Amino acid sequence: MIKLLVRNIIRFIVLVLVQVLIINNIQISGFIVPYFYILFILLMPFETPRWVLLVSAFTLGLMVDLFAQTPGMHAAASVFMAFLRPYILEMSAPRDGYEAGTFPRLHYYGFQWFLQYTVILVLAHHFILFYIEVFRFSEFFSTFLRVLLSSLFSVILIMLSQYFIYRK
Amino acid sequence: MRNLLRFIIRYHFFFLFILLETVSVILIVQHNNYQRAQFINFTKSFQGSFYEAFGGIREYLSLRQTNRYLYMENTLLRNRMDRLLRNREIRQAGGYDSIPHRQFSYIPARVINNSVNKQFNFITLNKGSHHGIEPEMAVIAPNGVVGVVYATSGNYATVIPMINRNFRLSAKILKNGYFGSLSWAGSGYQEAILEEIPFHVEIQPGDTIVTSGYSAIFPEGIMVGTIHEFEAREGNFYTITVDIAVDYKNLLYVTVIRNLLREEQRELERISGND
Repeated sequence: MIKLLVRNIIRFIVLVLVQVLIINNIQISGFIVPYFYILFILLMPFETPRWVLLVSAFTLGLMVDLFAQTPGMHAAASVFMAFLRPYILEMSAPRDGYEAGTFPRLHYYGFQWFLQYTVILVLAHHFILFYIEVFRFSEFFSTFLRVLLSSLFSVILIMLSQYFIYRK
Repeated sequence: MRNLLRFIIRYHFFFLFILLETVSVILIVQHNNYQRAQFINFTKSFQGSFYEAFGGIREYLSLRQTNRYLYMENTLLRNRMDRLLRNREIRQAGGYDSIPHRQFSYIPARVINNSVNKQFNFITLNKGSHHGIEPEMAVIAPNGVVGVVYATSGNYATVIPMINRNFRLSAKILKNGYFGSLSWAGSGYQEAILEEIPFHVEIQPGDTIVTSGYSAIFPEGIMVGTIHEFEAREGNFYTITVDIAVDYKNLLYVTVIRNLLREEQRELERISGND
């Protein structure tokens, strides 16, 4: 239990650092920015109490916000994503539920399950984030294109991480 | 209270979500210049469109009155135009008519002082003898009779309005032509008294009262007001209360009417009366 907590805290710190120090400085063709830090929300254990989910997502977003100097934006998007997570998990649960001792990872539930889970939540997060960033609906489709492209890169990064970092 | 608490605990996930999102949005709006500007823009434009819609409704409600004024003004202008056209036609035909082509000329003026709450009210106009205004000329507004010019200086003229105890006007009932004497009883700026209408005349509340044209001041048929109520006092005459058509509290532009043939009429009547 303590080990799990420590691991999550370390993951939290590492992901925030990776995001703000490395990925935020990579800009693909100027306006596409992948957001890798939300992997933390994806990987939290199944049994996590829901309020912990929300509060840690809020904290995570706020941390990223502090470095990006955009107070509230990432927090809002992350909280929204964390809010959706239990429902998505419920929806995509295998027939006999999630086994005890497993985590929401590609390694346990397969490529297809993890891809679906990731795509839905990443899209939700990016959607909120990008629309808060422009804060209007007048350029709906150009913003939507950015949402899609950034989501694509974020999903690729997250999927790759499953093969390279969390192999076991 | 306990139920409320239980409710909140039961749905704590949702409430916490709302709370955190609210905090986020507050942070966003307070600390991000662009988003704050957008937010303020949005609320301002919302406010603006709201007021605009509301103003539109108000404008719409007053359209009726505005339309009526415009219509009356139009009628007046058309009458004048007609007269002018007829003049030109006669001139073009090369004929010479010993009868003058017009009896009245109109001088526009603006009300610059006005009282409605005294027994002897006066109105001051911004035009005077320099502009051709003389005592005893008629003054009308688009919706009816205002009064008669009392005195003039170079640039100003005072008018005795219908709501002055000294005012007298020969007025008639439009539908049957019976005429009487109109005066003001001092009882508020909205009603005048028409007397000398005999008993046998059929009248109803709402009937139109217009000028008779007998006074050589007013042209015939200018709106005075409508009958509000009438009663039969002793004698053979009605006492009719008339709703004055002109709103003296809201009087800005008036027209002064000069009767070009007045002296001729007066002169003739004087000779006849002396006989």
